[in-house]
Amino acid sequence: MPYLSLIIFLPLAAAMAIALAPRDWARWIAGTASLVVLALSMQAFSIFDRAATGFQLTEKAVWIPQFGVSYFLGVDGISLPLVVLTGLLTFIAVLASWRLELRPKEYFALVMVLETAMMGVFTALDLMLFFLFWELELAPMYLLIGVWGGPRREYAAMKFILYTIAGSVFMLVGIFALYFSSGKGTFDMTVLAAQQYAAGFQLVVFMLLAIGFAVKIPVFPFHTWLPDAHVEAPTAISVLLAGVLLKMGGYGLIRLPFGMLPDAARELAPWIAALAVVNVLYGAAVSMVQEDLKKLIAYSSVSHMGYVLLGAAALTGVGLQGAVLQMFTHGTITGLLFLMVGLVYDRTHTRIIDKLGGLGARMPAIAVVFVIAGLASLGLPGMSGFVAEFLVFVGAFPVWQAATILAAFGIVITAGYLLWMLQRVFMGPLPPQWAGLGDASRLELFTVGVMVAVIVGVGVYPSVLTDVIKMGVVPMAQRLAGM
Amino acid sequence: MNIALLAPELILATFASLVILVDLFLSPSAKRANLYLTLAGIALAAAAALSLVGRNTTSFYGMLVVDDFAIFFKLAFLLAAALVAMSAVPFLERYPGAEGEFYGLMLFSTTGMMLMAGTRELISIYLALELTSISLYLLAGLAKRDSKSSEAALKYLLLGALSSAVLLYGMALLYGLSGTTELAGIAKAAAVGVSPAMLLAVAMLAAGFGFKIAAVPFQMWAPDVYEGAPTPVTAFLSVASKAAGFAVVVRVFTVALGSVQADWVSLFAVLSALTMTLGNVVALTQQNIKRMLAYSSIGHAGYLLLGVAAASDAGVSSVMFYLLVYTVTNVAAFTVVILASRAIPDDRIDGYAGLHRRAPLLAFAMAVSLLSLAGLPPMAGFFAKFYLFAAAYQSGLIWLVVLGLINSAISLFYYVWVIRQMYLVAPTGEEPVRFPAVAFTSLVVAVVGVLALGVLSDPFLGFARVAATTLVH
Repeated sequence: MPYLSLIIFLPLAAAMAIALAPRDWARWIAGTASLVVLALSMQAFSIFDRAATGFQLTEKAVWIPQFGVSYFLGVDGISLPLVVLTGLLTFIAVLASWRLELRPKEYFALVMVLETAMMGVFTALDLMLFFLFWELELAPMYLLIGVWGGPRREYAAMKFILYTIAGSVFMLVGIFALYFSSGKGTFDMTVLAAQQYAAGFQLVVFMLLAIGFAVKIPVFPFHTWLPDAHVEAPTAISVLLAGVLLKMGGYGLIRLPFGMLPDAARELAPWIAALAVVNVLYGAAVSMVQEDLKKLIAYSSVSHMGYVLLGAAALTGVGLQGAVLQMFTHGTITGLLFLMVGLVYDRTHTRIIDKLGGLGARMPAIAVVFVIAGLASLGLPGMSGFVAEFLVFVGAFPVWQAATILAAFGIVITAGYLLWMLQRVFMGPLPPQWAGLGDASRLELFTVGVMVAVIVGVGVYPSVLTDVIKMGVVPMAQRLAGM
Repeated sequence: MNIALLAPELILATFASLVILVDLFLSPSAKRANLYLTLAGIALAAAAALSLVGRNTTSFYGMLVVDDFAIFFKLAFLLAAALVAMSAVPFLERYPGAEGEFYGLMLFSTTGMMLMAGTRELISIYLALELTSISLYLLAGLAKRDSKSSEAALKYLLLGALSSAVLLYGMALLYGLSGTTELAGIAKAAAVGVSPAMLLAVAMLAAGFGFKIAAVPFQMWAPDVYEGAPTPVTAFLSVASKAAGFAVVVRVFTVALGSVQADWVSLFAVLSALTMTLGNVVALTQQNIKRMLAYSSIGHAGYLLLGVAAASDAGVSSVMFYLLVYTVTNVAAFTVVILASRAIPDDRIDGYAGLHRRAPLLAFAMAVSLLSLAGLPPMAGFFAKFYLFAAAYQSGLIWLVVLGLINSAISLFYYVWVIRQMYLVAPTGEEPVRFPAVAFTSLVVAVVGVLALGVLSDPFLGFARVAATTLVH
């Protein structure tokens, strides 16, 4: 069965169906399609051979032979967890938007197109196909933020699209450079990755590609679009933005520049490690002073994506494993945090921390889950965040001691801003205007419950993921080590 | 001499005369027959052109050349003419009595374009160009009661005449240097040695053709003419006329002036940089959608010049494919402008506010074509730009590729601005926008082209690649 093609194109078919179907069907079509895609990605995950390296479930077809472009899909240990993550978070995002009243047809159709783009990025093994999916995500995201967002939605949506497109300018030049200098006349990533390139050429192309991905991750100083986009985006879109779109940057960075240009990766690793520390500490420090809940979580994403960079910069199997796992766990944990912010906001209609307080008395379930999400985010053992960060530190410490020690301080700051935020929102006296608020509904509890289950599940039994991830990162680490 | 090789042009010219003649005897209620006659002529001409694929021969003492390069362009012109003919229906309903002239002139102009693409002899090029241009001058002034249309026609005529004079001067210089008007003979003479007069001729030809394709600094007519001319005429101008200009530019410079390639490559590289930057930057500030699309088309001329400057088979074929994609995309965008003009008579971009409520299909078609112009996937514009920039990269014009990509990023801003109006802003009126079915057919065809040409680009690109190699042989 062509799992990957189904995973990519089922959402697109659903989008078309939504466009043609009556308004009330939109959420049901989107919900069904995203559930089926989730099931398919779980199935792909379960039949994945955990003893084999290289790409599996590959599909290859001639597409544009005049140009050496093929329709080439496949997953390895690096991309498969992210495919599952995308399936999970899209389904959650649809559930979280279930009660949407404003233009539901367009909304759910765009979410479905977005899922196609995200899945395509993680499974494409042809550079042009990859770039196509990479750009395909722009228009739906622009509209999703621009139509359904907060007061400054237009500014945020435009900033998002311009930052990304500016990054892809460099990426495309890098892709052309690989295509023409390989002399193979193909965009096949596996062929291009097997070539040897001159050292100077590798450095230039590495930087061109890395800039495109750095905007998406986002790496300081390319991060300023992120808080704007997050604050204005509706809850479910924030979940996808933080949960999946940032991972497109991390995944792209590991797959393209790291995977294809190992000499340059070795050369530039110290700089990447340094940027990782800046990301971790800067993001955490700025989170500390945020007054808006969403901005706080947004900057915490900048901080946590720094660990992905640090793990990658280690260039070792363990470090890369940590980086990939961190992408998965950050996707689930931050997704959950944004869901919780959304639940609080739906009730209070404010995200300003100072105006909240004592909400634990009125909404105990929301408070409990929010605290779980916060603890997971700060790396409490038993939850997935701990495993990922632990692996990153273990992988990075032998290589970059100072950077690892500095980055570990990020955890302390993270604990500081998250616990302080939880205290100010849920503890203390209840302001009188919040006295009439209710707790989460059953649908909401189910939605966040799924996420908690995944976070705790991976935290208790991480090898469900690490066994798979290992098969992807081991060959890459060998190449990066110059073997 | 083989008259069958001239069949497409003969058929089209016959139908053009026929339309003008038949129109005299049609009652006002039967004017639609003009359209059907036009479409029949286009279909027959296209069939004739298709039957000549692969012949790659010449006739009329080398004045007519029937190679795949020419046929690719002829088919593109015919496609543009057919789509615009259908899209023009709502406009012609507002200007009853103009049908015969509109369709007749359009067919004559198309005939001229087909001859432009199908000759390698300077005098024929000039004659074909004038047949095209004079028909277009008249078309631009077709809305006689509209002073803007008259102004557009006059401006177009005066500046067009000036550019024709410059072009003729360049051609005369070439003739003086080589003693022949045939491109192949000029190439032989030019191979002997490069004189300053030759470079002057190159510059004059570039200026003359630069006017036709609206390249900076010869672009100043375009915004006024695009805005003032009737919208179907603008649509036709922006795609077919531009494509014809590029067909001639590619043929003349590749075939005749290969010996001074280094000179014209740098000339076109600079023109490309100026054209795309000015077009895209000035488009940012436009309030009128036709003016915005005019500057956008200047920007696209800049991208296309990048492919010309690549001076390779890959460059030529990517220019051809780009023009095909650009034709369907721009016709789709202009057809929306035509169909929406009943609700938005002044063509202001503000007027498109909330169009998704009043006409969801029009808004979708507009969004798709604008995103294609911006080069976003999965629309055909993405693929066309990808091939074009790849060809330029291959020829070592990396700085231009970077500039082109930056310009694409800039262009996204003004294209998305229209999408913002249509989808993000509340509508000013509530009543749905109505439009005739036949014009809508043209829109559907064009939008399907925009969506499908990219994903299914291989056969078209393959044909263009083969055609590009026929150019020099």
